[in-house]
Amino acid sequence: MAESIIKISGKQKSKIMDKVKEILPEGGNLNLCLTCGACSSGCPATGLDNMDPRKFLRMAALGMDEQILASDWPWMCTMCQRCIYVCPMKIDIPQLVFNVRAMRPRDERPKGIVGSCDMALRNESCSAMGATPDDFTFVVEDVLEEYVEAQPEFTDMKAPVDKQGAEFFLNQNSREPVTEPDEMVPLWKILHTAGVDWTYGSKGWGGENYCMFISDDESWEKIVRVKAKQTDDLGVKTYLSTE
Amino acid sequence: MKSIYEYYAKWIREGRLKPNSDWNKDLKIKFTLQDPCQIVRKSFGDTIAEDLRYAVKAVVGEENFIDMYPNKSNNYCCGGGGGFLQSGFKKERLEYGKIKDRQIKKTGASYVIAACHNCHAQIHELSDVYESHYQVVHFWSLLALSLGILGPNERAYLGDDLKDVWVFHPETEM
Repeated sequence: MAESIIKISGKQKSKIMDKVKEILPEGGNLNLCLTCGACSSGCPATGLDNMDPRKFLRMAALGMDEQILASDWPWMCTMCQRCIYVCPMKIDIPQLVFNVRAMRPRDERPKGIVGSCDMALRNESCSAMGATPDDFTFVVEDVLEEYVEAQPEFTDMKAPVDKQGAEFFLNQNSREPVTEPDEMVPLWKILHTAGVDWTYGSKGWGGENYCMFISDDESWEKIVRVKAKQTDDLGVKTYLSTE
Repeated sequence: MKSIYEYYAKWIREGRLKPNSDWNKDLKIKFTLQDPCQIVRKSFGDTIAEDLRYAVKAVVGEENFIDMYPNKSNNYCCGGGGGFLQSGFKKERLEYGKIKDRQIKKTGASYVIAACHNCHAQIHELSDVYESHYQVVHFWSLLALSLGILGPNERAYLGDDLKDVWVFHPETEM
């Protein structure tokens, strides 16, 4: 016999789990857990902050909302979805994590991620490093000019910004134009060699979107819409992610 | 919305890009590949993982590619995604990455091709912190190298063993 019985204080109202189930298709299958532990055994975040995916889900199921909201573990889960991949019931634990992130007041979410989101909202580049459309266009033109001069085989190479009707709208991670512009060049040369008709956008060129990671749905959507609108305005059919 | 990794494979299959892996015939430098969760498991599945491998093998030589295990849709996240790199929980992030570091070391590869910027930054740091001595590269560097068009100033992430291989316009080195 166990020495004492663990008491669970009855059905609590407005549990995190119930709220999340309401917004997920099929309730994210959150009620279907067999407690097999396949998720935890294959999760690199298991053990961090004394938590693992199964424990997190069970705590939510038991209505331990306070402990869940106090935990930093949702910021150590990368929402990589390996747990869903191995789960026999396809339970969407990452969506539970995403929504728990959203339950923290915005100014109490990790500053680094919030800062990258806010930076992207500052102008229409949507760059987490804050580079403006003019900065970006200048760097691209400057680097291109330097390289076509130094490597005459690429005299006809283009790195277009806002070319109407191109086949592909290419995004660009901010790291290259802002900190290591030479790293943009190999991709341009590959595209030129393959004869690809592509363009960057002066608006919406930034490839990253940190607003998603802080579960700020409104800002996340705003950024996606800037990118989609620029692609549409240029009459480009395919948004091509460079990663 | 598409990923460029699908197109690299397509352009190679169509003959629009003609990578040549001869540069690595004698060097026999070994490469492994990080399947980014966002691109593979969460978006395009094993199809794009196969496309990536097709392109990688065409570039480094089939015998010089060593897969991690597990891989493709069943691959482990490196720990750089989901905002973890910016979250401030560095100690936990590096702890998270231990599985990835071990996975890479087990392949014996001296280079990891990181097909995503978060993976690139995280795996680079893992190699430094755990003194594992593998390099982390973007695929575009290797593809351009195998096409014979990679200049001397476009090799920031290549190790000394690749600084002088098939250099395009070596006189422009800065």
